[in-house]
Amino acid sequence: MSRVAAVRVGVLALQGASAAHVNACARLGVEAREVRAPRELDGLTHLVLPGGESTTLHHLLTLFELWEPLRERHRAGELALFGTCAGAILLSRGCGGKPPTLGLLEAEVERNAYGRQVDSFTRVLELADEPGPSAGLTGVFIRAPRFVRVDPALHVLARLDGEPVALETPGLLATTFHPELTAETHFHRRFLALRAAAV
Amino acid sequence: MTPDLLTPLARPCSSADDVFALKVGLARLLCGGVILDVTTRDEARLAEDAGAVAVMALERVPADIRKEGGVARMAAVERILEIQEVVTIPVMAKCRIGHLAEARILAELEVDFVDESEVLTPADPEHHVLKHDFRVPFVCGARSLSEALRRIAEGAALIRTKGEAGTGDVSEAVRHLRQLARQIGRVRLAPREELPTLAKLLRAPYPLVCAVHELGRLPVPNFAAGGIATPADAALCMQLGAEAVFVGSGVFKSDAPAKTAAAIVKATARFREDGIVSAAQRESGAAMSGIARSELGAHQLLQTRGE
Repeated sequence: MSRVAAVRVGVLALQGASAAHVNACARLGVEAREVRAPRELDGLTHLVLPGGESTTLHHLLTLFELWEPLRERHRAGELALFGTCAGAILLSRGCGGKPPTLGLLEAEVERNAYGRQVDSFTRVLELADEPGPSAGLTGVFIRAPRFVRVDPALHVLARLDGEPVALETPGLLATTFHPELTAETHFHRRFLALRAAAV
Repeated sequence: MTPDLLTPLARPCSSADDVFALKVGLARLLCGGVILDVTTRDEARLAEDAGAVAVMALERVPADIRKEGGVARMAAVERILEIQEVVTIPVMAKCRIGHLAEARILAELEVDFVDESEVLTPADPEHHVLKHDFRVPFVCGARSLSEALRRIAEGAALIRTKGEAGTGDVSEAVRHLRQLARQIGRVRLAPREELPTLAKLLRAPYPLVCAVHELGRLPVPNFAAGGIATPADAALCMQLGAEAVFVGSGVFKSDAPAKTAAAIVKATARFREDGIVSAAQRESGAAMSGIARSELGAHQLLQTRGE
């Protein structure tokens, strides 16, 4: 059986750039379905938490009672998660515990760390796994957060000026930038190759 | 401009195309959300707590502009700074159509989005701001594909259908969403050799008409605005293809703004589910009484400004 046939992918579609993630998966031949309610997680092996407004996403995850199902399914080793930008904030230990997050990724974040929208930027990423000049993968940073106090056990996939901007651990991938807003599929490939792991 | 706005980002340089893609990128991140008009820091806090995805700072909500008359201008600088201080969600602000200096002030204040809006009294009867000259993204109103493409040509990174602001009557928002969808459908299905003539008829740039033909949608997101007053109104606009909604007078002219705001956020996030929209409608405050579109004379319409 091919790798692609083995995965069942969802994209949290309450608010944010969910359509861009569905399109990115489609470019890899994977049909992703939109998730808005806990029951829609049934049968999924992979879920994207897209970029959007983290305050709004936080509000909606509470309103629609999705925090515990997400945490439990991931901890049970059933669901691999990919968070981009605001999604990465939700995966992390947050910033000083306020507002609460999933706390699955052993890193904290600083929100809007680079400033307001006029400070948003695109930059070529430093990829950890590709020695020498990188393939020119561009990171799109929009009102982006920054990882701080990162557990050294996490695998750093990409850096910007030496700081980690993409982190991976069994069953989890998090980027502070937006791979879904580029034509690149590098990070979505990594995500689909993830295997959920019980923790 | 290339039809597929994803392409420029594959290139490792920070070009003008990349800047435009960053603007459109922020618009995409707002999809599925509610952008609330606010005039004070307390209203901004209420909006953020209710789950709004952004706030729009303005001097008076459209219903008050309608009632009080006079010249409607950009919000006071002090007010915008106060609002920026109390919320972490993006802060937008309105400038008058064609008012280059107001636009520059808002850019200087580092608002996250500028709305060059027909709700304010237009400053230039003929020209809009050349939005490509700015690093801050702009949103503009449109009633048709023709208007939308002209605004995108000027550099708008987000379109909102105009509706009729300050009325609480959703019918014009509906009319404009349907009009836009109908015209996009025609362009998408037209044979390629008809596109130059369509561009001429639409009074829109040919490359953008080609982009619509290839994508089957606008090359930037489209949100709804103008007259949305209830969770059901918001759900209706989303069902008609809007990717997010702007709510102006609808919240702060209802009898319970916090409840109404939260209910509209809820209905917008899950607009396809009748149970959710129905619950939101029940939880909402009583809607503003409003003014029916048919009670307005031609001179009272805001939507005809700046075509």
